[in-house]
Amino acid sequence: MSRRARLGVFGVSAAVLASLFVWALTGLPKFGDFQGEYGRILNSVAGSERHVTNVVAAVVFDYRGFDTLGEEFLLFTAVMAVALLLREARSGEERRTDVVRSDTVRAVGLFAVGPTVVVGLYVIAHGYLTPGGGFQGGVATAAGLVLLYAAARYRAYRAASPKALIDFAEGTGVGAYAAVGIASLIAGSAFLANVADLGVKGTLSSGGTIAILNAASGLAVAAACVLIFHEFLEEVMTPR
Amino acid sequence: MSFLPYALAAWLFFVGLYGVATSRHLVHLVMCLAVMQSSTYVLLLAIGYRTGKKAPIFTSGVPTKVGAVDPVVQALTLTDVVVSVAASALILALVIEIWKRSGKLDPDALRKKET
Repeated sequence: MSRRARLGVFGVSAAVLASLFVWALTGLPKFGDFQGEYGRILNSVAGSERHVTNVVAAVVFDYRGFDTLGEEFLLFTAVMAVALLLREARSGEERRTDVVRSDTVRAVGLFAVGPTVVVGLYVIAHGYLTPGGGFQGGVATAAGLVLLYAAARYRAYRAASPKALIDFAEGTGVGAYAAVGIASLIAGSAFLANVADLGVKGTLSSGGTIAILNAASGLAVAAACVLIFHEFLEEVMTPR
Repeated sequence: MSFLPYALAAWLFFVGLYGVATSRHLVHLVMCLAVMQSSTYVLLLAIGYRTGKKAPIFTSGVPTKVGAVDPVVQALTLTDVVVSVAASALILALVIEIWKRSGKLDPDALRKKET
């Protein structure tokens, strides 16, 4: 198909799709006036039922915790697929050496590694109290490690994230999520039901299984991000 | 301008779709896909918004009477972002494979080689 023909087909189908889109949008609630009861009820009961202050975390790791299990496995599968596609084709231990020549980048970048990792871990740890959680904090923690590559060198990044350890962390994070679900079954409740001690609201020891699942997600997401970066950087650093 | 957030979602979706349809570079195509997916974040968050309400986080000292926006769509958006990252990484890995095998990154050039 020529470019012009393709643009024509696109134009016609996009126009049809756009009109359907606008038609669907007219059926949506007026902006700023959402009346969904589910969210409203969760907002009013999550604090007393689950002893957490961040209702989004309660939805992700408890009320809709089963959906998040699927999401964890989706992330896991995608990361494994990336590793399968890229790892297979590489051979040899020889790697290019890379040097960051700018002193400013080195100094500022290396200074930022520690604080970035700490912020990431903080966001994970307080996920069910304040804005944040395992997913957001996991990405920030991984970003701190990638800074090692950006500001120093690839060898430092590799040394800080050994492949065996990252693979193990990724499996453990996802496995722990499923294990918590099975533990709920053993405790005589439904899969992923919050059976742990709910603790005192507003403290780190609150939320019951929400806290455990939050930490497991943080581990899985941080490991997944490091693993993805690792595989792509390895492509650049291995001479062919 | 209460329709503006929905219009933004529509714009992001269609501008991304246009990019995918006319892309001349596979990495550019993945980026366009990410732009398309961003429209779903805007749409979800816009649907759950309630004027004058706060974020659904009730730390001590915040009066609960004010009320909050919908937490369910926010959780959905979180899932959405993770899916987007995972999908982008997987497609980019496929792009690397395509480049290794054919040495080409233009979708049109790939088609010509096969036929």
